Amino acid sequence: MASDTRMNDVREELVVVPLRHPWRWVSGTVIVLLLAALGWAMSEAQIQWEDVPGFFTHPVMFEGLLNTIVLALAAQGGAIVLGVVVALMRLSANPVARWFAVGYIWLFRGLPVLLQILIWFNLALVFQNISIPGLFSVPTNLVMTTFVAALLGLGLNESAYMAEIVRAGLSSVDEGQTEAAKSIGMTPMTTLRRVVLPQAMRVIIPPTGNNFINMIKGTSMASVIAFTELVHAANNISSRNLEIMETLFAAAAWYLVMVSIASIGQHYLERAYGPR
Amino acid sequence: MALVEAIGVRKSFGHTEVLKGIDMEVERGEVVCLLGPSGAGKSTFLRCVNHLETIDAGRIWVDGVPVGFRASGGKLHELRERDAAHQRRDVGMVFQRFNLFPHRTALENIMEGPVQVLGRRKAEVGAEALALLERVGLAEKASAYPGQLSGGQQQRVAIARALAMKPKLMLFDEPTSALDPELVGEVLDVMTSLARDGMTMIVVTHEIGFARSVADRVVFLVDGAVVESGTPSDVLDDPQQPRTRQFLAKVL
Ligand SMILES: Nc1ncnc2c1ncn2[C@@H]1O[C@H](COP(=O)(O)OP(=O)(O)OP(=O)(O)O)[C@@H](O)[C@H]1O
Ligand SMILES: [Mg+2]
Repeated sequence: MASDTRMNDVREELVVVPLRHPWRWVSGTVIVLLLAALGWAMSEAQIQWEDVPGFFTHPVMFEGLLNTIVLALAAQGGAIVLGVVVALMRLSANPVARWFAVGYIWLFRGLPVLLQILIWFNLALVFQNISIPGLFSVPTNLVMTTFVAALLGLGLNESAYMAEIVRAGLSSVDEGQTEAAKSIGMTPMTTLRRVVLPQAMRVIIPPTGNNFINMIKGTSMASVIAFTELVHAANNISSRNLEIMETLFAAAAWYLVMVSIASIGQHYLERAYGPR
Repeated sequence: MALVEAIGVRKSFGHTEVLKGIDMEVERGEVVCLLGPSGAGKSTFLRCVNHLETIDAGRIWVDGVPVGFRASGGKLHELRERDAAHQRRDVGMVFQRFNLFPHRTALENIMEGPVQVLGRRKAEVGAEALALLERVGLAEKASAYPGQLSGGQQQRVAIARALAMKPKLMLFDEPTSALDPELVGEVLDVMTSLARDGMTMIVVTHEIGFARSVADRVVFLVDGAVVESGTPSDVLDDPQQPRTRQFLAKVL
């Protein structure tokens, strides 16, 4: 007992020296200095900063923004639907369907998106009409607008990625879940809709969110076929006033706004399908 | 006619024959316990009764209906998966690893079948589901997710989920094998009361005590064949076959 008290006395006399982090201060200072240098460079740069807000809200820029959003949503939406179908084919018992899915993914994932957009856009060079003999026939030029070509190029490529994402999601759900669903008499469709897909979502949503953010930026490739998305809109504006960097910065700001909103949406989706 | 009639059921996985011609009859209201060493084919047989596996030869009838087939014009037509699903409505199954739907609450798990499969109204199913939860002693856990329940509680919800379909037959595949010893009793109690209420049950189990007190008949399976069957006292206390004796010596 007595020795215990003595030990405590000794312990209380000891002074605590907190661990110091000198390198945090050094690296922090370096980063702040670099940022300050960058800010100074920007202020010295020959950019009409005061013109950027005007381009940001320019009617042509709004048109480009709207087209970008519509294209990105349509391409991603279509890709998700196609991706689910291809993933189901990939997992099906039918060997023909399985091989078709493998070939589909190999082709549309294997070619650069830019190339795919150009191929669709120039389809009229090799097929003058799109037709099902005896049913209908339309000139390819009429159908294959810049929007449709961009939609196909972006959407089909993305659908190949979505197929792999959905397949991974479906495979991640325990076999016992399907058996339990079967055992209460669920049909395959109901099992997929009520049991397997909701659980696969946890695996499917994060990479899909990343892909959608890529898709938003990927729409800029449609500028090569003169579809008026943001980059093409910026070029349209600057071709008249030659303020190239100013319009590009305005477009850049819109991309960051869209990507930020998409990230927030992804966060809430992940939470909604998170573990219980 | 017996509720379940199995004749000459054979099943192979690849080149290994797992069921080598099983004959079995289960009368209405009868409780049959399937015993046997690991790999004997107990689970496989149970899964065949519910058409979770197809059989290679023989036939299984449940309530006069050939499992996995439709009889018409003097022929048996193999069922599409959608129609097979329709047949499974009448047979409940309880799994070793519970297999509750983790994204739905206990109550929602129970309502899933009646609402999604039978297309009944949620309001009327909800009351029934609550009554079932009460019956398995879990009324206060209605809004808990499976992840928040103990193994024993999950298995009792799983039993309630199967009962919600008002099945004619209940299949249990080692329902207590994945449970901590102190949780086994609560699940066996629910099964015992179910048996007392006249449910027809086929139970794969290693719980000899349960088989002795609840089963009307015990069937002993080894290497895909029925070795011995009879009343619990006959098979468990006075086994005639050496394989049965060996097995019982190990588990008793
Ligand atoms: N899907 C399958 N594919 C290949 N072999 C299988 C499959 N299912 C079961 N088997 C094999 O069939 C045999 C019987 O398996 P089953 O699960 O029916 O045995 P069991 O009597 O239930 O054993 P346990 O007491 O271990 O559960 C085993 O040898 C097993 O490896
Ligand atoms: Mg088994």
